[in-house]
Amino acid sequence: MSTPILEMKNITKTFPGVRALSDVSFRVTPGAIHCLVGENGAGKSTLMKVLSGVYPYGDYTGDILLRSAPQKFRGIADSERAGIGIIYQELALVPDMTVFDNIMLGHEIKNGLTVDLNETIKKATEMLKKVRLDLNPSTKVKDLGVGKQQLVEIAKALSRDVSILILDEPTAALNEDDCDNLLDILRALKRDGVTCIMISHKLKEVIRIADTVTVLRDGQTVCTLDAASGEVSEGVLIKHMVGREIDDVYPKREKKISDEVVLDVKDWTVFSHGLGRTVLKDVNFHVRRGEIVGFAGLMGSGRTELARSVFGNPDGYRIAGEVAVEGVPKRFSEPRAAIDSGVAYVTEDRKKNGLILIQDVKQNVTLANLRSLASRGVVDANGETKVAEDYRAALAIKTPSIGQTVVNLSGGNQQKVSVAKWLFVKPKVLILDEPTRGIDVGAKYEIYTLMNRLVDEGMSIVMISSELPEILGMSDRIYTVSSGRITGELAIKDATQEKIMQLATS
Amino acid sequence: MIFKDLRTAVRSNIREYGMYIALVVIMGIFTITTGGVFISSRNIANLLNQTGYIAVLAIGMTLVIVIRHIDLSVGFLSGFLGAIAAIAMTAWGFPAWAAILAALAMGTLAGLLTGFLVANVGIPAFVASLAGWLIYRGALLLVTLKTGTIIIPSKFFNAIGNGYLPDIFPVDSTFLPDLHKLTLLIGILAIILFNFQSLRDRKNRQTYGFEVPHSDMFVMKLVFISIVLGLITWVIAGYNGMSWTLAIVLVVVMVYHFVTTKTVLGRHIYAVGGNPEAAELSGVSVKKITLIVFGSMGLMCGLSGILFASRLQSATTTAGTLFELDAIAAAYIGGVSAAGGVGKVTGSLIGAIVYMSLTSGMNLMGTDISLQYIIRGAVLVAAVVFDVTTRRAKS
Repeated sequence: MSTPILEMKNITKTFPGVRALSDVSFRVTPGAIHCLVGENGAGKSTLMKVLSGVYPYGDYTGDILLRSAPQKFRGIADSERAGIGIIYQELALVPDMTVFDNIMLGHEIKNGLTVDLNETIKKATEMLKKVRLDLNPSTKVKDLGVGKQQLVEIAKALSRDVSILILDEPTAALNEDDCDNLLDILRALKRDGVTCIMISHKLKEVIRIADTVTVLRDGQTVCTLDAASGEVSEGVLIKHMVGREIDDVYPKREKKISDEVVLDVKDWTVFSHGLGRTVLKDVNFHVRRGEIVGFAGLMGSGRTELARSVFGNPDGYRIAGEVAVEGVPKRFSEPRAAIDSGVAYVTEDRKKNGLILIQDVKQNVTLANLRSLASRGVVDANGETKVAEDYRAALAIKTPSIGQTVVNLSGGNQQKVSVAKWLFVKPKVLILDEPTRGIDVGAKYEIYTLMNRLVDEGMSIVMISSELPEILGMSDRIYTVSSGRITGELAIKDATQEKIMQLATS
Repeated sequence: MIFKDLRTAVRSNIREYGMYIALVVIMGIFTITTGGVFISSRNIANLLNQTGYIAVLAIGMTLVIVIRHIDLSVGFLSGFLGAIAAIAMTAWGFPAWAAILAALAMGTLAGLLTGFLVANVGIPAFVASLAGWLIYRGALLLVTLKTGTIIIPSKFFNAIGNGYLPDIFPVDSTFLPDLHKLTLLIGILAIILFNFQSLRDRKNRQTYGFEVPHSDMFVMKLVFISIVLGLITWVIAGYNGMSWTLAIVLVVVMVYHFVTTKTVLGRHIYAVGGNPEAAELSGVSVKKITLIVFGSMGLMCGLSGILFASRLQSATTTAGTLFELDAIAAAYIGGVSAAGGVGKVTGSLIGAIVYMSLTSGMNLMGTDISLQYIIRGAVLVAAVVFDVTTRRAKS
């Protein structure tokens, strides 16, 4: 084996309360296409952010060696200078600027004081040729499809003379043709001597393109497999990715599922104007009373769009299909209508759109159902305090008082406040989007216990999660979502991590 | 023990008390530099009457800024509406009350229109209201084109900006001859009501078994606020008593304070300001709240226009010039946060008084207008710096 172009040794990176990477080591041979796979939260993106200097030297422990020379990147500019280019999942292009401006952004070719337009266009055209993109460089980026934008992004990275190109889920938003094209270009780059590190959830494409695959799980390196020696197959990868046993972190419950369907969604097709594409197609699912239904899918599979489009469609998607609550057809024009019909939705990102961080526990808990506490529009302050105190006790929310500003609570307690808000509307169906993301094991257990208690009392729960053990540990029935479609429905007794992973990555 | 409680209470509420302290300091400085003229009943009465038309705008603006928008059109809208009221009385033969209602109704409509552009069409509030600024400026010039300044003959209308509440005893009565008795009575009633309400709230909370502040602290707070209210009453009663302007502003503040702190609507406004997306997902209609807040802003423009026209006893071609910036400055001095979701209408009232105190005090001192602007600017920056740093210290 030749000397590695890049080596990361014993990288450990912690966030407050979470160890995202623990003693991760990683070697890349020159000119290889090296894929990085693992579940959501396994630490792939964090590792790449360490490499590219987003988390500066000193923020992590361990060493980065580039061609055997130790590196101390203090920021992206440092890693760029060393020849490392990174392309994020969310594109970093300025839509209203031209392709050539975008490619040369931050590295403009100057002619004295002004930008040398001719040289810029010449250089940009060269770069576009490398990614086999035949278009006028004066086109505005917003007029291109996502696939072409992705290529412009790569051209931009190449214009920096990169020797190592990192791609974070480059194909997540692409259709099959664009995907194939992208993989071809990566192969061409490889021939030109560029080393690529690619993070991907799509195992089939990993198998097609990778020379080497490293699997991460729970912030640790599980193994590095070599494609040439025939070690890489979907089954092997999935086994390594999920790897762990489900232990007792999931409390048991007696199942009391009735036959009555509480939420029924039929032929649900959703078009997003923002993304300019269909995010969900012909989705059918139902939820019975007293049932926990798990939705397994990776980020970007359409699972959150599914929840939000059903929950009153605040994003203004164009929707076709039917939704019925307790057999009654509904058309929710806004979240209020969904709430009034007994559907509640705990968002994926409690800080961004779940809680009002600058307000206190009490105000957050009562927000969605303030009317029930008011007579003639005036809120009964004491009644409100009582409600908040009741939920604080029932959910064991750890806070000095209900007057505490939510931003000061820990993640787990914030999540409990978020859930309490929705319990107070007394819903029939509770949709939980990643209910345990970023919270510690103890708080997770409490959330699971609470879920069990709620279904026991006759509520129905839809749980969206990318953590397979959680899906398997809590659900009565599982749907898998991939690329905007339901790819499978499994009864819990038939479900295994491998099966779900296979359906969710298909 | 008490002092320790007091200190922690002051420290944790420094943001809230900050501008009260600032007001006291500013008033103290001007009282000294003017040899006591500033704090005289006569000057304070004038000061409060001048503050009126800015204060109501600042109160409306508070809610607009709380929901993360801005309204630049309020100055000329209020000038325009004042002119409309004047024309209604002089040219159309409206009685004063009908002219007032017309101005208020038109103001509300204008506010709703801006709100519609912002909420439903999605135009940034800055742009929508900048267009309003131009349009209402033009409209004001247009309606006053032929006549120039319109003199308002109605005594009733002019009393709003210049008159005082009648006294309950004859002026020449020997009982407390230099004081306005009705104002004293209102002040005493306010003190009693405040104490009664505080006690009842406390008792209510106790019956629910909630935590209440220590009784020493509670009594100290009651005594302190009662004394402050008493002093204010004494000063105001020392001249002609409570003016109609002050009475109107107080009623507006009380209504807005009540709505923002006690009602579902108020809570929804602050939720939208704090996190619009979370509020929408919690079933609060952000569009509806935006419309209501801009509608209320328009209503306040109507009121402000009436107060100003009445004070000048006429409608002029330049009425309302720069009112929007005074109102925005007053709101920021009063502790409203541009990040949204934070700010009280009572704070903005104090902010307006601080702002007008600066003008009044410096006028008394004979400070040159150029310096006045510079000092007002510095105070505005200082207030916002204070706001930003205390918030950072808290989190």
